[in-house]
Amino acid sequence: MPITVIIPTILRPLTNQQKHINLEGNQVSEIIDHMEQQYPGIKEKLVTGGNAHRFINIYVNDNDIRFQDGLATSLRDGDVLTILPAVAGG
Amino acid sequence: MLTIHSKLVSAMITQALNDHPIETCGIIAGPAGSNLPLRLIPMRNAAQAENFFIFDPQQQLQVWKEMSARREEPVVIYHSHTNSQAYPSRSDVELATEPQAHYVIIPTYHLYNEEIRSFRIVDQMVIEERVRIVQQYQPELELQMVA
Repeated sequence: MPITVIIPTILRPLTNQQKHINLEGNQVSEIIDHMEQQYPGIKEKLVTGGNAHRFINIYVNDNDIRFQDGLATSLRDGDVLTILPAVAGG
Repeated sequence: MLTIHSKLVSAMITQALNDHPIETCGIIAGPAGSNLPLRLIPMRNAAQAENFFIFDPQQQLQVWKEMSARREEPVVIYHSHTNSQAYPSRSDVELATEPQAHYVIIPTYHLYNEEIRSFRIVDQMVIEERVRIVQQYQPELELQMVA
């Protein structure tokens, strides 16, 4: 069973407006690389200098990857990976 | 144009004044595509700063999941400006990610006539819009304010 990735509104222009994508991968970083192969341009929206962008939240199931192993967080079949841009400003 | 119930406006202003001088923040959810703000959800400002806000990431996930299950979207995204005018700051513009949302700013330093302002922020462009405050919606619609 693959990993389900939930895509936020702002990135859907890159995924042909798909809200959910199913991909195989053992780590968050692998999923992002596989997304990049299918939807070029998405990786730079998520990753900078080997880490997730400061203002991009990535969760595996209900857990923020900042409090796990970041992009190296491991995944199991059936996990849900949610991408949410932070809501922030000044 | 943002059409919004006066009770929701009062709730945003009260929250902003209570949190002053820390920036307040939150959303008002409504049925997807309806453009109608109904369900006010104050969010925790994880920055706890006077000139910056960021939704607590864990709370944001829960609230976004709940909206998704209820087929809602963030119709209004609001925050306060505690020592500047109610106009989107540079970081407000750079970090805006919901093109369909009304970005409402509540000034708590000089709150004249309870004036809030609303903007669309699309592709880093800011467009101010009129705010129409109404005393009632259609009777079948129910307001909800989450404590």
